[in-house]
Amino acid sequence: MQFWVIQTLNSLALGGLLFLLSAGFSLIFGLMRIANLTHGAFFMLGAYLGASVMHAVPNLWLAALLVGLAVALLGGLFERGILRKLAGNSLGQVLVTLGMAFIIADSCLLIWGGDPIPILTPPALQAPLRVAGYVFPTYRVVVVGIAIVVAIALYLLMEKTRLGAMIRAGVDDMDMARAVGIPVSRLFSTVFCLGALLAGAGGVIGGPILSAYPGLDADMLPLALIVVILGGVGSLVGAFVGSFLVGFVYTFGIALLPDLAYVILFLPMIVVIAFRPRGLFGRATT
Amino acid sequence: MSAADMVRSRVAQIALLVVLLGAYPWLIGEFYVNLASQIFIAAVFAASLNLLVGYGGLTSLGHASFLGLAAYLSGWLTLKMGFTHGAAAPLALAGATLMAGLFGLIALRATGLGFLMITLALSQVLWGTAYRWVSVTDGDNGLARLTRPAPFGINLDHATAFYYFAALVTVLAVWMMARFVASPFGASLRGTRDQPRRMSSMGHDVWLLRWITFVYSGFWGAVSGLLFVYYNKYVHPTSFALTSSAEGLLAVIAGGSGTVLGPLAGAAIVVLLKNYVSGYVERWNMLLGIVFVLIVVFMPRGLVPGLRRWRERRSGGRA
Repeated sequence: MQFWVIQTLNSLALGGLLFLLSAGFSLIFGLMRIANLTHGAFFMLGAYLGASVMHAVPNLWLAALLVGLAVALLGGLFERGILRKLAGNSLGQVLVTLGMAFIIADSCLLIWGGDPIPILTPPALQAPLRVAGYVFPTYRVVVVGIAIVVAIALYLLMEKTRLGAMIRAGVDDMDMARAVGIPVSRLFSTVFCLGALLAGAGGVIGGPILSAYPGLDADMLPLALIVVILGGVGSLVGAFVGSFLVGFVYTFGIALLPDLAYVILFLPMIVVIAFRPRGLFGRATT
Repeated sequence: MSAADMVRSRVAQIALLVVLLGAYPWLIGEFYVNLASQIFIAAVFAASLNLLVGYGGLTSLGHASFLGLAAYLSGWLTLKMGFTHGAAAPLALAGATLMAGLFGLIALRATGLGFLMITLALSQVLWGTAYRWVSVTDGDNGLARLTRPAPFGINLDHATAFYYFAALVTVLAVWMMARFVASPFGASLRGTRDQPRRMSSMGHDVWLLRWITFVYSGFWGAVSGLLFVYYNKYVHPTSFALTSSAEGLLAVIAGGSGTVLGPLAGAAIVVLLKNYVSGYVERWNMLLGIVFVLIVVFMPRGLVPGLRRWRERRSGGRA
């Protein structure tokens, strides 16, 4: 029983981290029609930066905030400096984000070396939680909580604010949004920075569970892609449901059938693509 | 130029190609012979990807699936199941092509960026499986101590013998693929790339055209995978990795997608870059990334179309 409880919690924690990663990916894709393959690299860069920042600022949450802002800044520069120049050329944009992903990944290897760098769990959360005779790693519970808070905040941002209304308008009909005077160009940068911020901060928050290691980007990017393929692009709800679905399938896959965990990952994807090619919550786009 | 002249010039070109390819290993050291073999392998891979990217307008980031799968199947069958190369090679090709059929069914539910993401996700699934399914793939150690086949009793362990083998396969592959795109089927395929709706209203089954192309492209990708595993006598999960697919895509785009010669030139560039430059700086991934960004930003149409336009402008100026 303890096994199932713990694996469920692990699934939820992984799902939470995946949500931090894929919410931004999905929004960027939905709004800008850019499949941002740099997103996994942003996550990894966040983890490494977090490990370094925590030498100076031994507080995980503050480190996550600082690193998130730094990665957002980098993302903004990338979007303004390069992606913007390729507007309308979606293939070119994907290839540039792919190139950028390689550059960031190799830079991380150059700077931080090939050995994994652990990120310590905040001391206050190291003691396990005991509820009804079960033992839970406290930090994972907190990660799930963070993901839910972020999900609610993003939901409110999208549904209740003017910015969110403009983003939704842009996702639904870009040309009409431009025509009614929505500053789509500034919106692009905002969303791209927001996505990069979530990915970078997600890397730090995931640090105590995953640590920072070369290849973290290549491990996370496919999971995020599958989340978005399952959930549907541009949909927050889709990213949320997809993240936890992938979290469960992947965690239990590894625990029960370690050899074929990736094959199992691929089954829900096939089913969803077969019946709903736009994803569970994806809408037809014009 | 009259028709007879054209034929004569084409024959002369082919004769020159045969002489150059045949004489090359006798003119130069073993290192360069092996380098040429690597270029052949990359060229077949890039040319097969070009069928999708250049002629079908379907950009795949998962083409390494078929290279890796054929390589793994061949390695696994010969090393662990005791098959001979003669039996393993067709089985490996068939297995990888079958997988291409399946992947095509899934990925072609989408086009454009959706197609790109699904192909990438599918290939990453194979990549992760190659790492984890240790009993079959030997995981991170890769399948080692593989052998090269000896077709008709010719030992391919010599650099020169392998070079001729790879050259022969490459010429055959490129010729077959050139025939494919020059055929009426290829014309319909280009139609689906440029005007899918019009093609569909003219009664073409756009989806089927794309799926057949996907499978055909996967088959030649698998052929390059066999060459790859014969050459290296080793296969590791990285042959499924995003980098592997990306190298192929870079070759296609750098050389010029939608041209027969472009991917060949692009493959040569990628292999030379990888061998020379990364020999000095050991930062191949960074270099790959930088080249990607530079090509997309500054030379989006690729080398071969760029050179052709330049030549046309020159000859046009003279006339």
